[in-house]
Formats: sequence, C-alpha cells, structure tokens
Amino acid sequence: MSIDALSAILLIPAVSAALLAILPGYRQTAKLNVVAALATFLTSLSLFVVEPVSGQYLLVDDLNKVFIVLTTFVSFTTSVFSASYIQHEIETGRLAPAFLRFYHAMYQTLMLAMNLALVANNIGLMWVAVEVATLTTVLMVGIYRTHEALEAAWKYFILGSVGIALALFGTILVYMAARPVVGEGLDGMVWTVLVKHAAQFDPALLNVAFVFLLLGYGTKVGLAPLHAWLPDAHAEGPTPISAVLSGLLLNVALYALLRFKMMLAVNSAAIAPGPLMVTMGLISVIFAALMLYRRRDIKRMFAYSSIEHMGIIVFAFGMGGPLANFAGLLHMTMHSLTKSAIFFAVGHIAQVKGTQKIADIGGLTATNPALGWGLMLGVIAIVGLPPLGIFMSEFLVVSSTFARAPWLTVILVLGIIIALGGLFLRVGAVMFGEAKGKTAPAEASYVPMFTHLGLVLMAGIYLPPALVTGFQNVAKLLG
Amino acid sequence: MSSLQFDIAHLLAGSLVLASFMMLYQDRLYALLNVYALHAGVLALSVAWQAYVQQAPHLYLTALIALVFKAIIIPVALHRIIRRLGIHREIENVIGIGLTMLAGIGLVALSMVVMLRVTPGADALAREDLAFALSVVLLGLLIMVTRRNAVSQVVGFMSLENGLVLAATGAKGMPLVVEISVAFSVLIAFIVIGIFLFRIRERFDSVDVQALDRFRGERR
Repeated sequence: MSIDALSAILLIPAVSAALLAILPGYRQTAKLNVVAALATFLTSLSLFVVEPVSGQYLLVDDLNKVFIVLTTFVSFTTSVFSASYIQHEIETGRLAPAFLRFYHAMYQTLMLAMNLALVANNIGLMWVAVEVATLTTVLMVGIYRTHEALEAAWKYFILGSVGIALALFGTILVYMAARPVVGEGLDGMVWTVLVKHAAQFDPALLNVAFVFLLLGYGTKVGLAPLHAWLPDAHAEGPTPISAVLSGLLLNVALYALLRFKMMLAVNSAAIAPGPLMVTMGLISVIFAALMLYRRRDIKRMFAYSSIEHMGIIVFAFGMGGPLANFAGLLHMTMHSLTKSAIFFAVGHIAQVKGTQKIADIGGLTATNPALGWGLMLGVIAIVGLPPLGIFMSEFLVVSSTFARAPWLTVILVLGIIIALGGLFLRVGAVMFGEAKGKTAPAEASYVPMFTHLGLVLMAGIYLPPALVTGFQNVAKLLG
Repeated sequence: MSSLQFDIAHLLAGSLVLASFMMLYQDRLYALLNVYALHAGVLALSVAWQAYVQQAPHLYLTALIALVFKAIIIPVALHRIIRRLGIHREIENVIGIGLTMLAGIGLVALSMVVMLRVTPGADALAREDLAFALSVVLLGLLIMVTRRNAVSQVVGFMSLENGLVLAATGAKGMPLVVEISVAFSVLIAFIVIGIFLFRIRERFDSVDVQALDRFRGERR
C-alpha cells in the first residue's frame, strides 16, 4: 500500500509519539514536536489538492477536510506556544524533565486520536478514537499532580467515561437499526453505507440511538447540563492542553454528533435532531453566560466562555439550513482560533504573575503590554464585538435564524449580551487598574497568539471567496 | 433458533440484571467487589453462550477477556488496593437503600418500556438482550451516583460497561466487538492504575469524593 496524505496525517503523529516517548532532552523534543505538528498540517493541506480514495475505514470529504485543517493548524500553533510554555515550567520546577517525554508523547497521541476520529468512516472506529483522545487528555490534565489537578482529572475521567459509554450504546443501536437493511458485518458500521440506506432504517430505533449519541458525545462537547468536567479540566491542566481542549477536542466531539445528525436527516420518519440540539445549545449559552459573573480563576472563566460558544455553535447547527450551517461552521472556526489565542495569552500571564486568581492579577496593560493588549484583543473578539471574526459569525447565526424562530434568537442574543457583560466585568480589572502581582517581563512567544488574532481580524473584515464557497459546500452537505 | 437456546440466553442476561441489583445494596467494599466478580462471571457466560448461538468464534475471545480480566484480575487488584489504602470498612450511600432499590426497579421498567417499544422489528433475542443491557447500564449509572466513594464509583462504571458488552454481543454480527471490549479493558485498567498511582488516599486522606470537592479551584 502506498502512503497517501490520508494515512500520512495518521502516521506522522503516530511515529513522532513513539519517537518523543524515547528521546531525551526537552529542547530538542519540543522542537521535534513542533516539526511533527507542522508536517501534519502541511500534509492536511495537500488533501485539498489530491483527494485520497476513501475506504471502509477512512473517509475524506468536504466536511472533515475543514475540521482536519483547522485541527492540524491549531495543533501546530499550540505546539509552538507549548515549547515556550514548558521551558518556563521546567525553569520554575513545576514540571520535571522526565514528565516532558510523557507530555510530548501524549501530545502527539492526542493529535493522532483527533485526526483518526475526524477521518474515520467507521462509527466504531470513530468511537475508539474519541475514547483515546479522552484518555490522553485526562492524563495530561493530571500532569501537575496537585490536589486540584488530580481532582479535575478524576472528574473528567469519570464523566468522560460515562459519556463515551452512552455514545457506545448509541452506536450499537445504530448498528441494530442498520442490520436488517444493510446486512450483518462491517457494512453496518460504515458511515457512507449507513447514510445511503438510512431512509429505510427503523425510525424508532434511530431516535433512541440519537438520544444516547447526543448525551454521550454531548458530554464531550461540553453542553450543559453535561459540562461539569470542563471548567476543572481547563483550569488545572497545562495551558497548551486547555487551548487544545477548547479549540479542538470539543469540535471533534461535535463533528461526531454532526455525522449522526446527517444520517438522521436522511430518514424522514425519524425525529428531527434540530430541536434537541437547539434546546441544549440555548441552555448552555444562558447557563454559561450567567456562570461567568462569579468566576475567580481566569482559566475557569474562559472555560465557561467555551461552553457558551459551543452552545452557540450547536444552536446554529441545530437550526440547520445552508445559512445557519455556514454561520455555525464559521463560528466554530473563529472560536477555535480566538479561544486558543486567549489561552496562549492566559498561559503566559499565569506564568508571569505566578497565579491564576483574577483578584491577584491587575494592570496588565501597563506591566506587560504585549500580553495585556493581546488578551484584550482576544476578549474583544470572543465577546463578539466588531470588526473581528466572531462578530461576523454571531451576526450570521442571529440573522439567519431570526426569521425562522424569533423568540429563540432573542434568548440567544440575551445570552451573548450577558456573557459580554460578565467577561468585561472580570477582565477589566485584570487589564487596567493598579498593577498587582509580579511584574517581570514575559519570556513569551507571541507569534502563535498574534497569528490567530490576525486571522480572526482578517476574517472579520474580508473572507476570501474560496473559503466562502468551501464553507457553503459543507453547509449544503450538512443539510 | 430453538426455544431452549433463547431461554438460556434470556436467563443469563436476566441474571446480569439481578447481579446489578445485588450491587445496589452492598454496604461493604469487599462485598461489592465480590458481587462485581460475579457480575463479570455471568457476563462471560452470557457472551460465551452468544458466541455459541451465533456461531461467532471471535466472541469467545470477548468472553475470555470478561472472565480473566474482569472477573479475576481487576477484583483481585482492587482488593489489594483497598487493603493498602485501608478503606475496606464502609461505603457511604447518598440515599437510603430502600429508595435506591425503588429507583433501580423504576429504571429497569423504563428500559423495558423504551427498548421493547422501539424494537418490534428486531428478532426476539436481540430485543430482550438490548432491554436487559440498557437496564444494566442504567443500574450502573445509579450505583455511580448513589456512592460517594471513588472505588465504588469505579465498580459502578465497570458494571455499566458490562452492560455495553452485553448489548454489543447481542447485536448479531456487529464488527469490532472484540476491539471495543479490549479498548474498554484498557480504559478500566487505566482507571484502576489511576486510583493507585494518583494515590488518592495519600493525597486526600480518603477516597471519599466529597473530600475531593473541597479542593475546587474556586473555593477560598
């Protein structure tokens, strides 16, 4: 078998994970991590040039190309950030060099698992990949071995396991529904086959299956009321992992959900998945927006903001239709870029100040202008102010759904405004006011953060037509 | 399929639900572990029977994993961990046993109603299997939410997972069953190793999850 781009985006992380697990010396391995992530990203770009042949296990179509490129790009920039982040952690002694080998191997394993979940054409394989991704992130969340980190890892472990268990039950039910139509064996789990025949599946069984899948993968997306693991995991793990969790892993779980939504859409007798997703999305938005007001830990605060934005995205996909889907895709992309940029800034800020408590950080724009203004720009973007990309995507979400469900849209806008107030209230003191905490200059690499923010700014002003047509195609696929 | 084959499969799946009920009212950790070993043993028998009925030799492998790994290795390992951590005495229940049992009966009734209603098309064995499997899954969730102790939560999760394996083997000809049961075993092994390596006892002086809650990042 010749190696095409499809197997390469799985092989590169797999090989580098094995290499990083044995190589000593953190400077070189951090560089190798960056190189491997870059190679994966470049390979994923080539998917647009030469489309590999999809088989029974792996699949490339317009939908997952978007996810793959986004995932590999943010993985690459995060690995650059990670290199400067861990250098500081080593110097302050929070992480032992021995742990780094484990950390880097896990980082690449996570990339492998996420890529595999995205290209899997087999719903069983997809489930296994999501499970592996969960496991690796659990191990990384607990890496500091503090009380809080262990608690967060444990909570994530238990809730994540229950979530993937429910998702497996849903997967089994899908197979049961498919078996009378497509016959026994492998075909009953191949997604492309399932979609082709889904119209003849037993609708009642599909309905129950989707409820389980929504609860299971929804736990991983971080939808309220299944989100309890998310703030802890974001707050206590190393910041590069918070960035990857928020920016990518939530998307991967969402992608799994979207695949099943597409399958249900084919069967006209089955329930429409839309209303369920809209409801959960709105609950998440309102809940997370209200929770933002009482946060004292800066990383937890942005974790709640991730719940809010996943709620908006799920709302948009739940409403469906070409426009809302387009808006959902754009919002997902913008959120990934912005949120990971924010975590890059927050990671360095926490290192400079030696704390994550909002009350102990102050006057950042005066003491560390680049970090302070970087974070400020990120927050302006994330609350959805013009002219940045999230304003545009939120505007599209709202305007595309307003005519169809005015009341729901009003609730959504209310949630967005409440969140805006909460974030500004908390971040204001961090940015301005009197300087608190240590004022040492940061040894940060600003490139990843400002690259992301630059892209978000550009998207808010000008979207390249090629990107627009690409997203439109995907939005049509999503139905 | 003859009616005897169906009856035996039914009996074994039913016993699994019964074993889940037995776990609900255990108030000592060792006893809970013993019942879990029984649970896994019944699962192994049930899967082996399915392998025989469906003439699917690869399912014997799943049965073997259930027997060796879940019914023997894991309970023994947990026994040792419990002894080392010195927490064998009691399990604190969040709600009373009577209420828990009532809730359990309600959940089983619910899963029967849901599964039997939505699967009129499927063959009888798969239907009943799925209904029982969902009962075991829900009872496992109930065990997890009614226990405060981390080890008994893990046992609850493992019984939940047994229900999933039952469902997967009941779905005739489902691919990847063996792979999935291996993946789950890896997950469980990680959890068990996690209890030990994270030294929850040493860190928190208790495996009581409530004690963990004190360390929430935001309480001052």
